[in-house]
Amino acid sequence: MQPILKIQNLHAGVDGKAILRGVDLTLQPGEVHAVMGPNGSGKSTLAAVLAGREGYDVTDGQAHYLGQDLLALEPEDRAKAGVFLAFQYPVEIPGVNSTYFLKAALNEQRKHRGEAVLDAIEFLQFVREKIRLLDLNEDLLKRPVNVGFSGGEKKRNEIFQMAVLEPRLAVLDETDSGLDIDALRIVAHGVNQLKRPDRAQLVITHYQRLLDYIVPDYVHVLCGGRIVKSGGKELALELEEKGYDWILGCNTCAGCESVAA
Amino acid sequence: MMAAMEPRAARSPAVATPLDQPGWPRPAEVREWAAGPAWLLAKRQAGLARFQELGWPTLEHEDWRFTNLAPLAEQPWPPAPAPTEAVLPAERLADFALAQLPGDRLVFVDGHFSRRLSRVRPQPHSVRVSSLAQALAEAPAWSERWLGREGALVNALTALNEAYFTDGLVVSVPKGRAIEEPVQLLHLSTGGQARRASHLRNLIVTEADTRLTVVENYVSLGAAATLTNTVTTVVGGANSVVEHLRFQDESAHAFHLGAVEAELGRGASFVSHSFALGARLSRQNLRVILGGEGLEAVLNGLYLTGGERLADHHMIVDHAAPRCVSHEYFNGILAGRSKGVFHGRILVRPGAQKTDAKQTNKNMLLSDEATANTKPQLEIYADDVKCTHGATIGQLQPEAVFYLRARGLPRETARRMLIHAFAGEIIERIRSTAMREELDRVVWDRLEQDEQVHVGP
Ligand SMILES: Nc1ncnc2c1ncn2[C@@H]1O[C@H](COP(=O)(O)OP(=O)(O)O)[C@@H](O)[C@H]1O
Ligand SMILES: [Mg+2]
Repeated sequence: MQPILKIQNLHAGVDGKAILRGVDLTLQPGEVHAVMGPNGSGKSTLAAVLAGREGYDVTDGQAHYLGQDLLALEPEDRAKAGVFLAFQYPVEIPGVNSTYFLKAALNEQRKHRGEAVLDAIEFLQFVREKIRLLDLNEDLLKRPVNVGFSGGEKKRNEIFQMAVLEPRLAVLDETDSGLDIDALRIVAHGVNQLKRPDRAQLVITHYQRLLDYIVPDYVHVLCGGRIVKSGGKELALELEEKGYDWILGCNTCAGCESVAA
Repeated sequence: MMAAMEPRAARSPAVATPLDQPGWPRPAEVREWAAGPAWLLAKRQAGLARFQELGWPTLEHEDWRFTNLAPLAEQPWPPAPAPTEAVLPAERLADFALAQLPGDRLVFVDGHFSRRLSRVRPQPHSVRVSSLAQALAEAPAWSERWLGREGALVNALTALNEAYFTDGLVVSVPKGRAIEEPVQLLHLSTGGQARRASHLRNLIVTEADTRLTVVENYVSLGAAATLTNTVTTVVGGANSVVEHLRFQDESAHAFHLGAVEAELGRGASFVSHSFALGARLSRQNLRVILGGEGLEAVLNGLYLTGGERLADHHMIVDHAAPRCVSHEYFNGILAGRSKGVFHGRILVRPGAQKTDAKQTNKNMLLSDEATANTKPQLEIYADDVKCTHGATIGQLQPEAVFYLRARGLPRETARRMLIHAFAGEIIERIRSTAMREELDRVVWDRLEQDEQVHVGP
């Protein structure tokens, strides 16, 4: 079976500074993987490199998405191919209406798949149900993208967009941070609803809490830009109990030091 | 020449006394003007004398530090003659921006009224919508009253206009009346002869309790070096509601100078929009006198430039009465090696208590070589006022571009969406729906065509 995502020996950095230092990770269809790790361990960098954010240089290694060289694609082409990143910090875009933006994004992807584009009415019908799934107010569609949204609304909006775009590979970067327990449940429910045998999810989180609701098949611990331990969902509980320093022992990255302190 | 011996004149010999250049006609030599009313000829002569005395503004002039008129000063700019044949079939007018607006449209070609191209319907209740020439013929006393006044903007360029104006738009709305549909002036610069000028003198007079929407639309037919130099006077009576939109989309070789002086009475609501999309060099001078209590003026503008263009807005908001509100919003989108200039002076006169004046100028640079100069100037002679100003010069946010691309929007689309949103902040203040939608379309089309939008982050 072709993996959804296969990362091999990935090295990446910013301005000559090495951040990811040899990451290996394979997501098979239907799987949910969690990546945990202290602050500064490189979790967001991994997400950024997978989504194609500018400014990150891949210095070694590869990432394949459904067999194709993911790193060779432009960000928009990755999205069209079915890769989705839920941002840790969703960007506010004044003046760009949410409906207009999301409809344009969906239609770009539909065009890419050879499907008919949706007109305004069809689009509204399509999204109405999804917006309810995330317990968001429909008013949000009339507002500029993320502008004036609360922290929780921004995170739910990311998952709402994911529900609309239905990606094969979703990378969620700390979607749980800043959410209260009710919002966390809603977000997790939304994510779980999007689980399919032919899709995979990479859930990045600092805390174990989210994984009570999104149950991963595998848990990986990232530290100092490397995956230092992998295991089943029980690894997350162990981390929660004992803290990161129990497992890491690398003590070279800022993250380890701050956790140890 | 003696003047050339002096160091200052030596740097720009043509500037100090422009009429020393051969080729500027004297008003009395123009048969039509010599035969017209004596007061008007005298006024033209006075205007020309003042232009000679003031000379073309130079970079040394505080109000012209960033906008160099030296290319204009090199040669004389006699007024363009009336075209001798039809410059274009009437159907072609439909191709121009704002052509689909309902209402009367007066078309001028190189400063001369074209009845054939215009659509002017009879107005009830002594409302006047006509050319200035017609107003001078039909309502000489009224015309003399409004044209004869000393303007609120007196400088070399308005003096030049005074000397040479050929015609213009006149709208007069008596007390309690309204014109529901927008009245539009469309000016076509043909450039049939290079280095000719079109001078329009527009008079918009609305009495108390009136409502009016006026559009000034300036475009070019050819690509020749032309000069358009207009002066528009707006007199807004008590409680009048006036929306004024100036759209400038002349060719990349054109010089465009436009002055708007507005004097507003108690309780009036005045909204002015300036869209500067074209011309090699454009300068918009605006002076608004808030002369009656409790009135509101919104001055809104967008400049969108590329290549080597320059767009300059020079504003004077003159608070002369208490409890008035003025809001200025100007956004600039600058590509290529173009320049945006904004100067916003807010003057609060003694006694203009409870003034609420706000000024914002935001510039988005789409290339490393584009520049923006922005300067607020506050002169406040009253103590109980609220005056704020803010200016920014920035670029497209790379994080925002990435966010959109990460959802599947191509880079160009993402950039256009963000630029369009920035322009949208200005466009959305247009109150008339038809005008707003049209400007939105025009700006979007321009962004779509403009290659320069595609470079950068
Ligand atoms: N764009 C960047 N410029 C400079 N340093 C960066 C950048 N992105 C990440 N880093 C650095 O790389 C390390 C990992 O950051 P990040 O991937 O955000 O970690 P995490 O998401 O695990 O908290 C940190 O030391 C951070 O300061
Ligand atoms: Mg992070």
